[in-house]
Formats: sequence, structure tokens, C-alpha cells
Amino acid sequence: MSDETPLVKMRGVKLEGRSDETWNLIINGVDLTLARGEVLGLIGESGAGKSTLGLAAMGYTRDGVRISEGTVEFDGIDLLTASAATKRELLGKRIAYVAQSAAASFNPAHKLMDQHVEGPVQHGVMGRGESEADGIELYRKLRLPNPEEIGFRYPHQVSGGQLQRAMTAMAMSCRPDLIIFDEPTTALDVTTQIEVLASIRDIVEQFNTAAIYITHDLAVVAQMADRIKVLLKGDEVETADTRTMLAAPTQDYTKSLWAVRSFERPRKPDVITGSTPVVSVQNVDAAYGKVPVLYDVSFDMHAGRTVAVVGESGSGKSTTARCITGLLPPTAGQIMLDGEVLPPDYRKRSKDQLRQVQMIYQMADTALNPRMSIGQIIARPVQFYLGLTGGAKRKRVDALLEQIELEPTEYYNRLPSELSGGQKQRIGIARALAAEPKFIICDEVTSALDQLVAEGILRLLAKLQDDLSLTYMFITHDLATVKAISDEVVVMKDGRVVEQGPKDDMFKPPHHAYTDLLLSSVPEMDPDWLTNLLAERGVDNIGDAAVDKM
Amino acid sequence: MIIWILATLVGMGALAWGFRFAGQAATGNAPKFRDMPFGVAYGYVLGAVVLLWLGWAYLQGRSADPLVANKFFFLRIAIEGFIIFAIAAWLFRILGRSVGTAWTKKMFRSMPLTASFGILTILIYAILAIFAPAIAPYGQEQIIPGVAANITPGGDPALGGSPDFPLGTDQIGRDILSRLIYGAQNTVGIAFATTLLAFLLGGTFGFLAATLGGWLDQVLSRLVDVLMAIPSLIFALLLMTIASVWAPELGIPLTVFMVLIIAVIDSTRVYRLARAVGQNIVVMDYIEAAKLRGEGLGYLVFKEILPNATAPLLAEFGLRFCFVFLTIAALSFLGVGIQPPLADWGTMVRDLGGFVNYAQFAPMAATAPLLAAGAIALLTVAVNFVVDWMLHKSSGLKE
Repeated sequence: MSDETPLVKMRGVKLEGRSDETWNLIINGVDLTLARGEVLGLIGESGAGKSTLGLAAMGYTRDGVRISEGTVEFDGIDLLTASAATKRELLGKRIAYVAQSAAASFNPAHKLMDQHVEGPVQHGVMGRGESEADGIELYRKLRLPNPEEIGFRYPHQVSGGQLQRAMTAMAMSCRPDLIIFDEPTTALDVTTQIEVLASIRDIVEQFNTAAIYITHDLAVVAQMADRIKVLLKGDEVETADTRTMLAAPTQDYTKSLWAVRSFERPRKPDVITGSTPVVSVQNVDAAYGKVPVLYDVSFDMHAGRTVAVVGESGSGKSTTARCITGLLPPTAGQIMLDGEVLPPDYRKRSKDQLRQVQMIYQMADTALNPRMSIGQIIARPVQFYLGLTGGAKRKRVDALLEQIELEPTEYYNRLPSELSGGQKQRIGIARALAAEPKFIICDEVTSALDQLVAEGILRLLAKLQDDLSLTYMFITHDLATVKAISDEVVVMKDGRVVEQGPKDDMFKPPHHAYTDLLLSSVPEMDPDWLTNLLAERGVDNIGDAAVDKM
Repeated sequence: MIIWILATLVGMGALAWGFRFAGQAATGNAPKFRDMPFGVAYGYVLGAVVLLWLGWAYLQGRSADPLVANKFFFLRIAIEGFIIFAIAAWLFRILGRSVGTAWTKKMFRSMPLTASFGILTILIYAILAIFAPAIAPYGQEQIIPGVAANITPGGDPALGGSPDFPLGTDQIGRDILSRLIYGAQNTVGIAFATTLLAFLLGGTFGFLAATLGGWLDQVLSRLVDVLMAIPSLIFALLLMTIASVWAPELGIPLTVFMVLIIAVIDSTRVYRLARAVGQNIVVMDYIEAAKLRGEGLGYLVFKEILPNATAPLLAEFGLRFCFVFLTIAALSFLGVGIQPPLADWGTMVRDLGGFVNYAQFAPMAATAPLLAAGAIALLTVAVNFVVDWMLHKSSGLKE
């Protein structure tokens, strides 16, 4: 493979970022070699420096970041000392970049094709007409629907998965030697993700393009990469061929990453028939304005159990939660709490009814008031619901902080911005617990977190459930999380409940066709998984295409 | 003439090219010069030319020939003022860095010179305004007997000034320095009160509209649209004319009406900002959590929304203060604002404005109206510098 000069050669690269008026080390001397046509997977937790290193491979740094040491060579050209003119020749033409959020990276004011042809025309690779024809060809290769016509739409007129593929086409427009993919599928649903993965893999192979694939999802990287490099806090942990790495990781950290998905709760005894569920959703219809979003949704949640509600974005999971909390009064049906009908609007509910139903949010950043200290945030429900003040309040808050495994004296006076993502999520849990509720809605609580941190949160939630006999409604799109924590599963699609039942039944065939599709779309660690799946189902029977057929 | 201008531009272009080439040669093709666009090189040359011209003009201003010196008098004062203020701001920043609590020291360390100048100026104005009766040598209404109008500042008898009155006396024999100091109290004080009132009104209604939404939001927003559709100065002038009839009948000072009128007009702008900022905060999950907890409106607005809106509101307060202040000065200049015999900068500019015509041959005499105008300008600039700095800080931008 590496018989000639490598395409990218980074040696001892140190990157520094500026914060609080000093330069802090982000990447601590990493080497990276990439041969032509090779795909390198770059994995690590958030803050490990994957994206920064990926950008540095282009000789580029974000504002407030600098390359303090080391060399970056692209095809023998030293990118760090190259003139602006030389770099202009390379970037976009021979090196391309695909960002995480295609929706945020496309200019909403221009059509896709206009943005597609900009690179080739500017670099003088092709004329406009030629480039447009080539764009249509690329769209076809990436299996976008209506390739002739889709380029003349605006970014908001196509779906997220399609946009991500259009962006890949744009990166391909000059036939670059290197593409850097920065978490291209992280924001997508599993069924959409698989489609994008298959397209990207195909086209990279077809044009023999080298790629750096940045992600935190091991199963994804296993499908895409020839080699994997693991980063931890700016240091390289290990690098190996994908198969070697998956089969026999040598470092402890890598092993722990591999082992995350092993957490699974023991099966609970079956619900006693005839017992009153803590919360019961009965024939609920709901609408935003005149647009109906939920149709006849019914399911029960029993004491001390976790009900996972699964489905893709737009399937009505969060809307169901909004109906239960009373933020969106249903247009038909009712919500029962302990066998009593809850008023549909939260403003009409009693303080005690409000106290019983608590919520933990997906984004801990927006769920905690940034101007309040941790102590104030947790103390408020303690004072509001339980009427505790002074020393008693402080004692209760300290006890709650201990329950979520944070040292009270250390964290009481901190602001949310001084905590890590996982710690913030723990504060969200403590705030919900402070109300001493029976029932907690967990809305995608782990999807914004790294896998190791997410596992810690799941274990904490499981422990709290055992100690306090809480009932959880666990909204998620991640089936690994479902497997880990749930007792019962409700599958939703387009505002309807498709299938529901105990977890063990759900993960065993026979499934409803949609459940089957969801389950089969979750990437597995086996590097042949995508190839096998494509062979089994055919390219037209995965992702959105398959969903549409139902 | 045109040929000369063109020749200068082309000459500067050649200089810019030469500058870049020399830079490349001298530094061994360092990236700074290698990647320098021609426009940037031209900018450097242009800046150098302007600086050179200013230096030349300053020397002209210090020329012994009064005809030449008079021509460049104001430029000379401006340059001297600029340097003095810059040094004062620099010294003030050094003082701030070495005295005070750890928090203020940290603040001064990251402060640009413009902001330290702004804070210093605002501090001086505040001290003058608060302690005006103690600082001013004469009363603001006091007509000093036996003193003729003598508007020459400087107090140098050789130049026609009077040592007893450092900034001279106005047409009816009042000390200009005292009136300037009292003017700080009147103009700035009233502007501050007006801005506070405008924020109380606009902020309260803005947050209410953002939190409650629905018909209240519609009614308030359309009302504000209507008020904003009328040009504010003309609207204020119109209302002030009506108020000047009512004021004596009701026995309420006209100043009270002025404060109310300007506050209501300016509160529309505050309303829009508070509503927009509030709407961004209201959609946050922590607000939803508080609502679901069953919190009341008061808690939501004061504990959850307000603390998160302080940065933009504070910045707006600074800007709004400038606008209110200028509106008051403008109204006073037009004769409907702060009424004589109260000292006020706007009125002072109007009363002494005629002397500006002497600028050509007796620049010292022409400074009299410019002192009050300069006081207005200085405070406006100072407040804007501080606001810029605060906005920059709250936006979290780096460099």
C-alpha cells in the first residue's frame, strides 16, 4: 500500500487552543500517515481532538487554534509553510471536507447545484455545463432520488440524509485525492445513516479517494475504515488495521470503548395482571395547530419499570411526552396517573400532580439555567414542592448530590458551564429527583453524550430506579440503549404505535416489518456487517427507500 | 487638480508595491509579506501618508504665524486631546490592574484602551454631576455683577481671557465652567432617569409579551409598531409643544413631561429588544422545566429570564442612554427641552452658537459653544466604547 510517498504525512503535530488567555495543548504530538485510496477512521470521545486533527490534515485550524509543532505534508507539499496561493490550489480541489451538519453547512439561499459547481468552476477544473452534468452523474452514483432534478432544489427542500449525500457529491466534484468526513452521519436516524454510509463507501471506493473518517461510533467506523486510529485527550492510544483492532485491541482504553455496550439489566418479573399502571396513555390523538401528529397512541407504564419509546425523528416520541407532561393538550384521549385522569393542560394540574411527573432533557446545556449555581438549581424544586428552607433544604440538596455521585461541597456553588456534559446530565437527574416523583420522562438523555459517559448515566438511572422504585419513560432512537435499560418497548412510526411488548419479545423474531428494519439498520461491530446486509437486502431495500415502501 | 489626485493615488500604489517587495526581500519571503494582498499593502501606505499629513498639520498648528496657526488650531487641539486622553486611559488601566479586588484586576487586564478611556470619562462625568455644587466655582444661574461677556477660554489675560473665569463668561455674565459642570448634573441626570424609565417600561412589557405571547403580544407589538412609525424627534417635538401648554395649567414642571415623553418613545426600542431576547430564552428547556414545575410568572421573568438577558440589555442601556441624551440636547437646542435658567449643554450650544462664525480668525472665541458640544460628544463616544467592550465580552468572541 505505502510503496510510494504517502498522501498525507503528519509528524509530531502539536495543536494548541486559546482559552482564558493561555494556549492549552489540544493535540500532543500525533503522527498520521495516509496512503492513496486508504480510509482512516479517527475515533475518540468529544474533546479528544479528532476534528481538530482532521482539519490540521488540511493545514487548516479553526480560530483560536494554532499548530505549534510538527509537520503536515500533503503529497510532498509542506502545508504549514505553503503560500496562500498554493493552499488555494489544493483546498477544495485536491482536499475536500464534509461537515457534520450538512443542513448548517449549505447556504440556504442557493440551490444545491449552484453550490455544487462553484468548486470546479472556481478552480478551473470544468466549465459550468460540464460540471452540472457531472453533478447529476454523482447524484446518481450516490443514489439520490431524481438525480436530474434534485440539484435544482434549495437545501431546505431535501431531507437530512439526502443533504449529507449532496454534500459528499460536492466534495467529490473536483475528484479530490483526500476527503475528510467529520461525523457525517451522527445527526441522522439509523435507517438514514445506513444509506449514507453505503453511498459514501461506494463512491470513495469507485474513485479511489483517500479519506479520513472522524466519528465516535465504533460500529460505523468498522464499516468504513481500512485502519483505525484511537485518540484520547489529544494523545494517540493505538493504530491498527480495522480487523486487528476489532479482534484484539491492545490498550485498556480501547478495550473499555469496546466493552461499553455490554451493560444490560436483568429481566424483571412480569407485571401482575390487573394492577393499576403508574401512567397510562389512552387513545391519545394530538396535533400542532391543524397538523395531526399522533394517532390513537395507547400504552401503559407500570411501577418500577422502564418503558422505552423508540422511533425515528418525527415519529411522535417527544410529542407523546409533551402530551403526558401537559405541554400539548391532546385533541382526543386521556392521560391517567395512578388511575386518575390528569387534566390535559399542565396549567390546570395541581402542584402534587405536577410533582409526580418529572422530565430529564436531551440537551443538558439548555436544560439548566446558565446563570444559576448547581445548588440553586436543585434547591428550587426542593423548596417549591416540599417547602424546605434553610438548613433542611441544604441537607436535602447535599443528599441529592450524593445520590448522583457528585461531591456536594465541591459542586454546590459551581455554575453549569463549569461541568462536563455527563455531570450536567447528572444535575438534570438530581433536579428531577428533588421533586420526589413517581414517574420520570427521559428524553434522549444519553444521545448527546460519549459512549462511556452515557453508560455511566444509564447505570445511575438503573440504580436510582432500584433504590426509589421509579418508573421511567425512556425516549430514544438508539437501540443499544433500549437493550441496556428497558423492560418494555414501544415502537412508534409516523405518530402511531407500531408494536409494543416486553423487551425480550421485541428483540426476538418475528418482528413487525418496521421493527425489523430498525433493528437491522443498527450498525454492528462486525466489519462485514454492511457488506452482508447490502448483499442480503439489496441497495434499494435499505434506509428511506425501505421506509417509504411500508 | 484631478490629475494631481490621480498622480497621488498611482504614486501610493507604486509605493505599496515597493513596500511589499522590500518587505519580501528584507524578511526572506516571510508568510506575512508573501501572502499580503495588494490592498493590504496599499492600506499600510495610505495609513502612513495620513499619519504624516497629521504630523505636518500639527506642526502648522504650532506655527508662530497666527494666520497659519489659526487655520490648524482645532486639529491641533484634537490631536493633543487624543494623546492626552490616550495617556490618561493608559494610566487609568495600569491603576486598575494594580489596585482593587482580584475580580476588577482581571477585568482591567483584558480591557482594551478604548474601554478604559470610556470608563474613566464616565467616572469623571459622574463625579462632576454628583458633586456639581461643591466643584463649580459659581452658581449655574448666578449672573456675576460687573462682568462683561468674555467668551475667551484659557484665562490668559495676554490673549484676552480673564483669570477668574477659566472658560470665560457668557452673554449675560454667567461663568461658563460652572454652567458646564451643572449641565452634567442636569443633562446627564435627566437622561439617566429617562433611560431607566424607558427600560422599566420596555423591559417589563417586552418580557411579558415574550413569556405570555398570544393576544397580549399582538396588541403590544402592534402598538409599538405604530409608535415607531412616527419619526421620533418630530413626535417628541409635537408632544413637547402640547405639554408646554399643559405644564403651567397643571403646575407640573415641563421637565417631568419631557422625561415621560422621551421614556415612552424610547421604550418602544427597548420593548423590541427585550421581546426578541426573551423569546430566545423562553424556548430553552430550563424555562419549560420551570413552567412544568408550576412556577408563577414573576419567578419565570425575574429568576429565569432576566439573569440571562442582562448582557444584551446592559449593552442596549448604554446605547439607549446616548440616544436619550442626544434627544434631550436636541430638544433643548430647539427650545422645548430643559428650560432656562437651568444650565444644559444643548441650550448652551444654542445660546453661544453664533460665535462659531469666528472660527476662521479667532479660534479661541469659537470654542465657547464647542465646549458644551464637546462634552456631549465625549460622553457619547465614551459610553459607546464601554458598550462595545461589553458586547464583545458577552458575545464570547476571541480577539
